[in-house]
Amino acid sequence: MEIVNANVATLCNYEVMTHLQKMKDTRKKQTGQLATITYETIRYLEGTPCQTYTSNNVIECLKALEQFNITKNEKLMIINIPPTTALEIQLIVEESEERLTEQHVEEILKICAKYLNVTPKNNDDVEEG
Amino acid sequence: MFILAEMKHVTRIPPELFHLKLNEAIAGELNKKLANKVVLNVGLCIALYDITNLQESFIIPGDGASHTQVTFRYIVFKPFIEEILMGKIRSCSQEGVHISLGFFDDIIIPPTALQHPSRFDETEQAWIWEYDTGDGSKHDLFMDAGETIRFRVTGEIFQETCPAGPSLAETTENSENKIPYMLYGSINEPGLGLLSWWDN
Repeated sequence: MEIVNANVATLCNYEVMTHLQKMKDTRKKQTGQLATITYETIRYLEGTPCQTYTSNNVIECLKALEQFNITKNEKLMIINIPPTTALEIQLIVEESEERLTEQHVEEILKICAKYLNVTPKNNDDVEEG
Repeated sequence: MFILAEMKHVTRIPPELFHLKLNEAIAGELNKKLANKVVLNVGLCIALYDITNLQESFIIPGDGASHTQVTFRYIVFKPFIEEILMGKIRSCSQEGVHISLGFFDDIIIPPTALQHPSRFDETEQAWIWEYDTGDGSKHDLFMDAGETIRFRVTGEIFQETCPAGPSLAETTENSENKIPYMLYGSINEPGLGLLSWWDN
């Protein structure tokens, strides 16, 4: 076996979940290791917010995020673990204080709430924890 | 946390699978070969994504099976460094906090990457963050097994787990305990750690 390219593309959790579910539904009975890993992965993914997504939502959300100065990987993390507080955006976006204004952070939270079905929590005292 | 890896492989389809469509037979064989396995420096293979190229099949003298060179893309679990992931605490030990994602268990947060200051409680078998409340007193925050935890991936180590040759017969026991793909995490930033620590 030869590895042509170890990283052709990055998939978000939602894409993996839909692919695995489609496989589970169409293929005949899966056996062995494949059955184990698909079962465990689907179970993990169903515990994440991506269970409630639709592909339209994800596309619209990415379009809405385009206006901000954030990288592809940061967008991927926003889709996979949608932030609900300003603190979580700080974690996802490196040096967010310099790259995003408070207003931007507010807007990102609103976009996540709108497209990714999470409810933002309003805690302003970020440093307190 | 998931990527697509493109690979090339000569797949052997045994005669008993000739009644299937070639694509299906190949997909089945590739999944049998790769699912739930770690490929060195690639990651943990989950499932076949698609087949991008099929070349002519050929038969090798003395073997009834057909051999087909196939290029395909496979879904692989390989978080990038600095990615934030959610998992469940599997257990705590002196070496740190062990985390499981359900389908992947080899994640550890070493003691140096825990919130500071933390200590290990032998009787409870749990790490405890001695949270400074600001007025001089400390509040113990336990990291119990089963809790959901958010962490940052800080490193990965791949290990060759091929069986050792006969000359190294004495050391073969070690190779069985080798972990092919190990992830290192950290939670020493505000916002990381148990989810309950951060929702007010």
